[in-house]
Amino acid sequence: MAFTLTINGKTQTVDVPGEMPLLWVLRDKVELKGTKFGCGVGSCRACTVHVEGVATPSCVTTVAAAAGKRVTTIEGISESPIGKAVQKAWLDIDVVQCGYCQAGQIMAATALLAKTPKPTDADIDAGMPNACRCATYPRIRAAIKQAAGISTTDTREV
Amino acid sequence: MSANTKPDTLETELANASRRNFLKFSAAAGGGLLLSMTVACATADPTDSATDLKAAKASPKAPVQMINLYVAIAADGTTRIMAKNPEIGQGIKTMLPMLIAEELDIDWAKVTLEQTDAETKWGSQIAGGSFATPNHWIPLRQQGAQARLVLLKAAAAKWSVPVSELTTGPSVVKHAASKKSIGYGELAMEAAKLPPLTEDEIKSVKLKDAKDFRIIGKSVKNWDNPRIVRGEPIFGIDVTVPGMKYATFTQSPVFAGKVVSANLDEIMAIPGVTDAFIVRQVGTDLMGLLDGVAVIGDDWWTINQARKKLKIEWDEGQWKDQSTASFNKQADDFAKAGKPQGVLAGTTDASWAAADAAVNGAAKKVEAAYAYPFLVHAPLEPMNCTAHMKADGTLEIWAPSQNFGPARSMAAAAAGIAPDKITIHMIRCGGGFGRRLSNDYVAQVAAIAKQAKVPVKMLWTREEDVQHDPYRPGGFHNLRAGIDASGKIVGLTNHFVTYGQNGKTLSSATMTPNEFPFGYAPNVAYGQSIIPANIPTGPMRAPVSNAVCFVYQSFLDECAVAAGKDPLDFRLELLAAGKEPPKAEPGRPQQFSPKRMSDALKEVAKRSGWANRKSLPKGTGMGIAFYFSHQGHFAHVAKVKVENNGNFRVQKIWVVGDVGSHIINPINAENQAQGGALDGLNSLYQQITFEKGRTKQSNFYDMPLIRMNQAAQVDVHFLITDNSPTGLGEPTLPPVPPAVTNAIFAATGKRARSLPLNPKDFAWT
Repeated sequence: MAFTLTINGKTQTVDVPGEMPLLWVLRDKVELKGTKFGCGVGSCRACTVHVEGVATPSCVTTVAAAAGKRVTTIEGISESPIGKAVQKAWLDIDVVQCGYCQAGQIMAATALLAKTPKPTDADIDAGMPNACRCATYPRIRAAIKQAAGISTTDTREV
Repeated sequence: MSANTKPDTLETELANASRRNFLKFSAAAGGGLLLSMTVACATADPTDSATDLKAAKASPKAPVQMINLYVAIAADGTTRIMAKNPEIGQGIKTMLPMLIAEELDIDWAKVTLEQTDAETKWGSQIAGGSFATPNHWIPLRQQGAQARLVLLKAAAAKWSVPVSELTTGPSVVKHAASKKSIGYGELAMEAAKLPPLTEDEIKSVKLKDAKDFRIIGKSVKNWDNPRIVRGEPIFGIDVTVPGMKYATFTQSPVFAGKVVSANLDEIMAIPGVTDAFIVRQVGTDLMGLLDGVAVIGDDWWTINQARKKLKIEWDEGQWKDQSTASFNKQADDFAKAGKPQGVLAGTTDASWAAADAAVNGAAKKVEAAYAYPFLVHAPLEPMNCTAHMKADGTLEIWAPSQNFGPARSMAAAAAGIAPDKITIHMIRCGGGFGRRLSNDYVAQVAAIAKQAKVPVKMLWTREEDVQHDPYRPGGFHNLRAGIDASGKIVGLTNHFVTYGQNGKTLSSATMTPNEFPFGYAPNVAYGQSIIPANIPTGPMRAPVSNAVCFVYQSFLDECAVAAGKDPLDFRLELLAAGKEPPKAEPGRPQQFSPKRMSDALKEVAKRSGWANRKSLPKGTGMGIAFYFSHQGHFAHVAKVKVENNGNFRVQKIWVVGDVGSHIINPINAENQAQGGALDGLNSLYQQITFEKGRTKQSNFYDMPLIRMNQAAQVDVHFLITDNSPTGLGEPTLPPVPPAVTNAIFAATGKRARSLPLNPKDFAWT
């Protein structure tokens, strides 16, 4: 079946079964490899993209559900000023270890900051469900705050 | 201060990335040196996309000159340094070239890094054991110093002056007497024409005095980060080869089951499936190539859907009934029997009997049974590999592996060809943790590519990853200690119950025969019994240590309580009984030093406010633990808050370590230390169990990874000592679980003796 998708501002049509997850359309049909496969069940969120600006696990979102909607992937995130600021903070803080989850983390962080421009630590805990197997969480937390232009100090109870 | 002086805007990084590609292409064209560019994207480093390469072809060519195996310099002074080890997230692609750059005496802003292929000329190419730092600290600096000598000789010839009158500055050779100076780029052409250095010249090369280091000890950000934050295709799963098909590989849910039959014709009739066939086991290794069914097709999702219709009859073999329940029962029986099947090296039957008697006769006895489960590595990038068997009988492989020696030999055996017929590209791994030391998935794709006769990318699901892993083995420790009236250990025995076959333990299912406090207290004796099991196991980040440290540092805490002593003082007193080992030469293994460990303990106590812990509110506690592993001396304190219902939150972990004289790349070292410590929290929550011969867990909903809200603050501090630098990938992990459980005990009086933790056990009023 043909589905029309708007990905990073570009409208394109793919001919695939309607139940094919958006993740695999992006990776294997549209050749955007930045969105990552981690679990296939919407748990690790390495596959996070934005659908109409909302952080969405693309491994459990069908192409039929995404059709006609505005999809943003890591390859297009620098088009948004928040996304660009997040990417820059990721580089400044040197967040990455293996890097596999980081595209999803950046997508989640950008969506969080779009909704909550000055997040508290509790906002970050709630708004960042993505798994990082290398556990770069302290630097992800700091980078989100740096992108938000607030103090990078961890204010949680110690 | 950062040595990475490059402006770090995205635009500049993009420009730098292009420059890298440009240099790479020029190098290949100029000397045909290192790259095997057989297809558009088959560069030595497919992290560089084909598009970038095409752009590079259009650029003007700067001559690039090989100075030695690791170093090539362009006319503009841009210096390419080869990164020889697998990158799994430990930052080695950035760190090893820093050692070369330091002695070459270059301006880091002129550096470009490139991943090598897997080739014997690079020596061992493995990410394991935290060995990369100690093994390369001298040899790679020597490579840099030798390349510098070549440049000095070129300048000496040009100016007709002796080498001894020349010095270098960042990327410049200088002659003080004549006030002449010349850039490395201008010398490169002549330097590359010089004959290779003689043995005597190589021997004459002196390494820098540490006080002159400009790069070692400065923070350099990870080289590939700009490409990662842009989502560029740089992982194994991203590799694309022209004409490539996708593959799945279905293995027996019971380890090493054999395929009796499969409905291949039905599968092949499904639209999008182009081929389906049986692959047969080669050898007997449980982490080698086992029987399975390959399904090939045009895209991965379609063939993975088709696979759901796959009906395979398996011969599940003699191990089809093994289960965790049965293992636990056997462990209980061994514990009840009391006497182990055998003693470990260093213990004799007589010393076991003496230790047993010493415990029995002691003023106080502490007895405890500890247990920990099997664990799965679960790097976030599922297992995958890409291969192309060509008509001429050669095989090209794009492997996200952390162990390239076995990758080659196993692929050769699987494809039935000679190892030298295989070209292997080293691809960045989306996590390793020891999983990719096993190359089962490389062997699989080699066998599949041979039958498929087209390039194939094989990809596993997460469920397959959880159910076919070289698991961290579980284990049981039955400990007894005797404490005298003064609070000293007078005897200690451990009946370790582990897994194995025919009297041999499974991989990583061991304990160190002289595990601390062996040699630090009298009458310490260790014995072992083996539960028969046929489970694939292997090293997982800080193998053995990641389990045994939990047991011993918890049990020592119990002994401290029985002795009526502060857990810190108790440990320091034990350590004071030890002798210092002889100091190791650089590159030689460093032994456990009670002084280095005591210093780490004292420092972590100071930084964490250990002395003031009595003032913590009820339900909040601090725990301490230390461990020596992978040549690193580490002591941690964890602070944990436990709610009345037993739910707990690890608030902070203080990490103090001694890994020698230099922290080579501080910004990465802190990241590794924090990540290693937080990874230790994973083992508080996870377990792998078996039923009917197969793994019960399947994905992150029943095998959880810690998330942001569970990630404690981590304070990292390194003690700088006069020892050669050692690695950081592993040794920060082992002390975490016991530091946390000791803190839970301090907070609640409830002692955790088995993992994973059950918060209900910690409820208090």
